[in-house]
Amino acid sequence: MKAIVSVFAKDSKGITAYVTALLAQKEINILDISQTLMQEYFAMIMLVDLADCTTPFDQLSRFLQEKGAERCLDIHVQRQDIFEAMHRI
Amino acid sequence: MSYLINSSEILQTIDMIDQQHLDVRTVTMGISLLDCADRDINVCCERIYEKICRRAEKLVETGCAIEREFGIPIVNKRVSVSPISLVAASCTAEDYSPIALTLDKAAKAVGVNFIGGFSALCHKGFTDSDLRLIRSIPQALTQTELVCSSVNVASTRAGINMDAVALMGRIIRRTANIDPIGCAKLVVFANAVEDNPFMAGAFHGVGEPECVINVGVSGPGVVAHALKDCRGKSFDTVAETIKKTAFKITRMGQLVAQEASRRLAVPFGVVDLSLAPTPTIGDSVAEILEIMGLEKCGGHGTTAALALLNDAVKKGGVMASGHVGGLSGAFIPVSEDAGMISAVEAGALSIDKLEAMTCVCSVGLDMIAVPGDTSAETISAIIADEAAIGMVNNKTTAVRLIPAKGKTVGDKIDFGGLLGSAPIMPLHAGSAAEFIARGGRIPAPLHSLKN
Repeated sequence: MKAIVSVFAKDSKGITAYVTALLAQKEINILDISQTLMQEYFAMIMLVDLADCTTPFDQLSRFLQEKGAERCLDIHVQRQDIFEAMHRI
Repeated sequence: MSYLINSSEILQTIDMIDQQHLDVRTVTMGISLLDCADRDINVCCERIYEKICRRAEKLVETGCAIEREFGIPIVNKRVSVSPISLVAASCTAEDYSPIALTLDKAAKAVGVNFIGGFSALCHKGFTDSDLRLIRSIPQALTQTELVCSSVNVASTRAGINMDAVALMGRIIRRTANIDPIGCAKLVVFANAVEDNPFMAGAFHGVGEPECVINVGVSGPGVVAHALKDCRGKSFDTVAETIKKTAFKITRMGQLVAQEASRRLAVPFGVVDLSLAPTPTIGDSVAEILEIMGLEKCGGHGTTAALALLNDAVKKGGVMASGHVGGLSGAFIPVSEDAGMISAVEAGALSIDKLEAMTCVCSVGLDMIAVPGDTSAETISAIIADEAAIGMVNNKTTAVRLIPAKGKTVGDKIDFGGLLGSAPIMPLHAGSAAEFIARGGRIPAPLHSLKN
């Protein structure tokens, strides 16, 4: 299953490294990654493949949220389908 | 970003959910209870309880799982059932409130936050069962927490059952005397629809399958946000913008509906394309009308603005969903819309303007608090006016009035949660007692010779 991981935070050093390490720990493959800075805010969006991830979606979502909160990052994981439904006919 | 979706689109969706209160308002499972009938009301109740618990066992769990996976809030998970006046018709009992208590118990057992269908359809006349059900409403609604009731008193094809209109005035009065909150769970309809997922008027119609999933979307905040970029532009641009936004909102509702239907192995019924406000600031239909250029909702121009909004929402949504139904349109429940409350408090929005607005939007006089001493005949007369609008214009209209015990114009009544709070609205003083006392039926209107 493909999903979108989005990360929002105040910009600081090591955010990408921290988040990608979390994903690697869960056997999640990053297919594409984009990041932007909006003023001092950092926004990163990743398309990921959950095929090898054995953690159920629910738990994964909670895990990323909790781990994100430890570093003041707002991390969401959402199935890709919702974005496709909304923006593509 | 490759893979079709670009990051600005992803950010837009996330912003809609996080900042603009975009949500799926309700996933409602409709369940037929027609096979639960029995002469003994206790047996009937046992069957109803068993069937709801069996059919809706996984509804809330599944809704929550979809919510987490897609990251879209599904605010309410609800159940609607066959009109109880049909289910209980063979019961020998006079009082149907034990069935309401059973529905309440079943709703709590499966974890939904409302159950609709304590209903009767008597637009042409009453069956004995309709009368027993309607007389049970005050007890049923004040003894239960989650049960919603609706009564259809008029239709375009049958006319208005004025005996039912008169009776419902007395029933609303009696319910309010026990507990005004009961009235917030009671809707009087003209042209009620069978697949409405929204409370308090949801019931599972007789033309519906055994079990079905209907989804109600929402998103006044998203429409308001999109319109903020159209300041000073023509109505053509406004209508286009609303259509595009409604399309996106509805696509999300359709996705949730399909997913819920697949996981629960229950057929998908309809997506209801409604803009349903909540008391949260920034989630208001009145605000949309004001962004269109009205100083205050309720002033001259409000009806035209609402007509445009209502139509554009439907046009945008229709293509986004496989099946559209329910009430589909903008809701204007006063107590559930911060902008409407503020307009009433400022003296800008009157009950007469609200009545005019119901001619062009979905549903009707919704969640309006009236003085505690309002007579049953006045309530009936308000219902008759609203039913006439529905009947003549071939649309659904409804009345959900709350006579606020011990309160009068200038006071406020608080319902809590999604139901919000409402300022008591002034009504006209003249009596309609003689008019309502006539009884009988107002004949169905002519729908030809329209020159």
